[in-house]
Amino acid sequence: MTTTPSTPANQPPAHGALARPPQQAPGLIQGLRSLVATPLNALLTVLALAIAWFLLRPAIEFLFIDAVWSGHDRAACLAGEAGGETGACWPYIARRLGYFIYGQYPEAQRWRPNAAMALCALNIGWALWPRAPFRGAALFSFVLPFPVIAWILLYGPGFSGLVAVPSNLWGGVLVTLVISIVGIVVSLPLGVLLALGRRSQMPVVCAASTVFIEVMRGVPLLAVLFMANRMLPLFLPPGVLPDPLVRVMVGVSLFAAAGMAEVIRGGLQALPKGQYEAAAALGLGYWQMMFTVILPQALTLVIPGIVNTFISLFKDTTLVTVVGIFDLLTTIDVSSRDPAWATPVTASTGYAFAAIFYFICCYAMSRYSAAMERRLAAAGSRS
Amino acid sequence: MKAGKPVRTYGQGRGPAIAWWGNPAARALIWQALLAIAVISLFVWAGRNVVTNLRASHITWGFGFLAEPASFDITGSLIPFRAGDSYGRALMAGFGNTLTASLTAIVIATALGFVVGVARLSNNALVARSASAYVEVLRNTPLLLQLLVWYNVVLKALPGPRQSIALPGGLLLNNRGLYGPWPVESPGWNAVGAGLLTALGLCIGLAAWSARRRREGKAALTLWAIAPAVLICLPLAAAWLTAGSLVGALPVTWPELRGFNVGGGVTLLPEFVALVLGLSLYTSAFIAEIVRSGVQAVPKGQREAGRALGLGEGPILRLIVIPQALRLIIPPLTGQYLNLTKNSSLAVAIGYPDLVSIGAGPVLQNTGQALEVISLIMLIYLGLSLLTALLMNWWNARMALAER
Amino acid sequence: MKRAPVLMAMTCGVIAAAANGAPASAGVLDQVKQRGELICGSNPGLAGFGVPDDKGKWTGFDVDYCRAISAAIFGDPDKVKYVPLTAKDRFTALQTGEIDVLVRNTTWTMTGDTAVGASFTSINFYDQQAFMVRARLGVKSALELNGAEICVQRGTTNELNLADFFRAHKMDYKPVAFGSAAETVRAYDAHRCDVFTSDSSALYAERLRMTNPAENIVLPERISREPFAAAVRKGDGQWFDVVRWVGFGLVAAEEAGITKANVEEKRASDNPELRRMLGVDGKLGSGIGLPNEWLVNIVRAVGNYGEIYERNLGENSRLKIPRGQNNLWNKGGLMYAPPIR
Repeated sequence: MTTTPSTPANQPPAHGALARPPQQAPGLIQGLRSLVATPLNALLTVLALAIAWFLLRPAIEFLFIDAVWSGHDRAACLAGEAGGETGACWPYIARRLGYFIYGQYPEAQRWRPNAAMALCALNIGWALWPRAPFRGAALFSFVLPFPVIAWILLYGPGFSGLVAVPSNLWGGVLVTLVISIVGIVVSLPLGVLLALGRRSQMPVVCAASTVFIEVMRGVPLLAVLFMANRMLPLFLPPGVLPDPLVRVMVGVSLFAAAGMAEVIRGGLQALPKGQYEAAAALGLGYWQMMFTVILPQALTLVIPGIVNTFISLFKDTTLVTVVGIFDLLTTIDVSSRDPAWATPVTASTGYAFAAIFYFICCYAMSRYSAAMERRLAAAGSRS
Repeated sequence: MKAGKPVRTYGQGRGPAIAWWGNPAARALIWQALLAIAVISLFVWAGRNVVTNLRASHITWGFGFLAEPASFDITGSLIPFRAGDSYGRALMAGFGNTLTASLTAIVIATALGFVVGVARLSNNALVARSASAYVEVLRNTPLLLQLLVWYNVVLKALPGPRQSIALPGGLLLNNRGLYGPWPVESPGWNAVGAGLLTALGLCIGLAAWSARRRREGKAALTLWAIAPAVLICLPLAAAWLTAGSLVGALPVTWPELRGFNVGGGVTLLPEFVALVLGLSLYTSAFIAEIVRSGVQAVPKGQREAGRALGLGEGPILRLIVIPQALRLIIPPLTGQYLNLTKNSSLAVAIGYPDLVSIGAGPVLQNTGQALEVISLIMLIYLGLSLLTALLMNWWNARMALAER
Repeated sequence: MKRAPVLMAMTCGVIAAAANGAPASAGVLDQVKQRGELICGSNPGLAGFGVPDDKGKWTGFDVDYCRAISAAIFGDPDKVKYVPLTAKDRFTALQTGEIDVLVRNTTWTMTGDTAVGASFTSINFYDQQAFMVRARLGVKSALELNGAEICVQRGTTNELNLADFFRAHKMDYKPVAFGSAAETVRAYDAHRCDVFTSDSSALYAERLRMTNPAENIVLPERISREPFAAAVRKGDGQWFDVVRWVGFGLVAAEEAGITKANVEEKRASDNPELRRMLGVDGKLGSGIGLPNEWLVNIVRAVGNYGEIYERNLGENSRLKIPRGQNNLWNKGGLMYAPPIR
């Protein structure tokens, strides 16, 4: 079953891994000179400019120059004076922003998702900021207390005194975030267990982990989601019916756990053997050795990999739209069918908005991951 | 808990005997047995639930439906499918489409990825920066979104069938697809096919032979010069021998406007174009990163050594840098190819009839055999992944051996 | 290494315990009553049948059917949870018991009743499949569509009828099939196809959303019968009867002239038929596990069949679909309810 060759090398290279340009930022003059240094270079410069012009010009025209910036309904975004199509229809986004962020979450209760998102941002900031104190505690709080508090805030179960908001009213960015954060919170510990299992000396444990990991990595997420969303209830006893949102979370988490396991396994393999031997020499038991010596080092080594897994998880949540969960992309799709706003550019505007949202989030995360990688490399070269 | 163990093992036989649960081997056995029991009982439990649930909704389990005739049509599949063919064939047609789209996209993504990856290392700042902007934008937006955008762009940018754009070589382009000439089944073309296969076999044989000669230090053929000639001449000669002339022997249908649409020739659907475009652009960004880090990982000293030997920049790249970089590049490249193939299932969002959209669409809908269809789809993808992984492992082993 | 199996075993144990704790499979009606909520599989967005309004509240013809069932059980039309389902997902959702009833313009077919594990109750809308083309094309009949590219939603009866129609007339066509209605309409609107085919009610509804609604015409041919019916999971006779008689009750109420406005007044009438229907005499309601005044509750909440029709699809709506076959049997239509006695 172990068909993948040396796995760390098999990972896609980290986002921005070694992403530094070949030389550290050359001066402006020097940079300009490099553009025309040789005939070949001059030709390449012209070529690059031409490609950029052909690709960027329509995008800029659509997003800014031809865009409509104010209006109350579709009339504003229908064909302009010249009869041609207009660019992006921004008033539609402005009018629907609340729906895109919260879905049908009751307006009076929207402070709750806001509070949950703020808590989440604080917690992640604490865990990821390299100089913050007690970062281990931050990680722990993100995996245990935070999800519970967030769930109480968002769902409002009976004992909390909050108005219950069932999950079929959640939508938009809120659902995108909930699915990806649950995905990471579940897949991290599960990934650790699976990675340890795959490296285990016990044949049954190793085989079980390997089969799970390879099966999950061998099938498309879409098939896993179909399975989780529609088939899961078939595998449960009659009458046991998890919430649809929970079902896709199960699918996404299991899928992400397999990827996470491989990242962590890379970290475990990268640790020098001496670490294991030293821990054994101290007489530590297996779990003591893992938790006090091996895992802290291995996990630190693969922080960039973990962030990258999260980035792909975050991007992959868009697939839930295919199984009918109201994530950001679905809310955009549904709103574009509103007769009040239906124009030839409504759908494109929605997609542009989603693209910008995803790009900002993912790019920020990939920059962080690259920075961490540089820190790790620097720390490695010092020692 | 194991702290005192070495001492105790020393003193075995006397004093308090070590309990059986203190023995690591026994404990390992017990834990494994427990895990096995847990996994097996989980499967049994789920299986029994499936049986109960299916019985409650009066559905019979089985794959008999695959042989039954279906009553829908599929456009643009490599394996032709019409209403009346079996559900099994519908799945085959979908699988054929998945393979076609994935293979095409893999070729394009690899080519693009290598170009962009090398461009990122260019000492021309503009080229390097443009390439890295390309990588960042494509890598940091969801593929599904990119596919939807490309599909919209493709449909919007192209004219209707009556205003088709005529391209050189008899190609026609409009928002119903890209149309081109296509051979009509005839003895001449069959001869060409046979000739092509023979020529390919001949080339592979020659390559193996000259590789052996070269290893033995004897004079060998330069295959680059011979192969194209063989590949072109042999099929043509075969056709000429079969039919007596070349012009009439190789009939071709040309696309032309008939009624509503362009008919004749061969069609690439806009859905196919958008899917391949989206998949290859997205994956090329990842491949570019693999290529860049692979090339950067080749130590500087290697280039310097090459220069010291008096080699030019071209030979240094071709003989020293690329062979070494390739060894680093190929394993992660496999991963990207597999990802691309799995991602092709997103075709369901833009109406391209791939395995998932045929399987989870009309086949599942009209038979009601949800569990069977979805498991079949998962098995097919799994088989594909394992096969690719095996092939790449084999290739990887060869590359690694060549090192010594 | 040691705790992993323990965790696994514990998880299994918890799942098994949860399974044992689940209530023994009771009838759907009892489950709904116990839950205090009806779970209704609905359309994720089709004007007239099921769309969210400005505040995200579901409205439409099918939605009113769900509300009627809720009113019959609870006396309150709003105890419904809507689960929007794509055509792909609808039967699986019914099979797995995720929804209690499927009211989602779903065509009653024999396969639906047999292979798919659904039981169709009573027809609530008679529809027919038709073709829409751009007027500019100059096509007057579906028989002129030889060689056309046709947008159709994947996994629907429309896809099958389309194949049958072209095969029967020995014509050629190219289907362009999409997973959701939204994508299908969008592709037709972007001129990907020459023709868009769907149920005629849906054609009228989707036309409202197109760039230039007036540019598109519906061809006169009707290529299939599409009787829409509410479906329940096979094997629960009592629940089947409840859903079926809610449908019949709506039609019977229209025939008897009971409306939202006059239901209280009719209740006081001496007419023995009305007294029986409205639960003043006899115990017809409790016979199938509903309150005796079930029909009163329904009509008070959503009106009779005709009122639901006019509000969502007919003259009082933006769709303005004529009653046609959906009129009462004694007014030239097909709507007929067995006697309530």
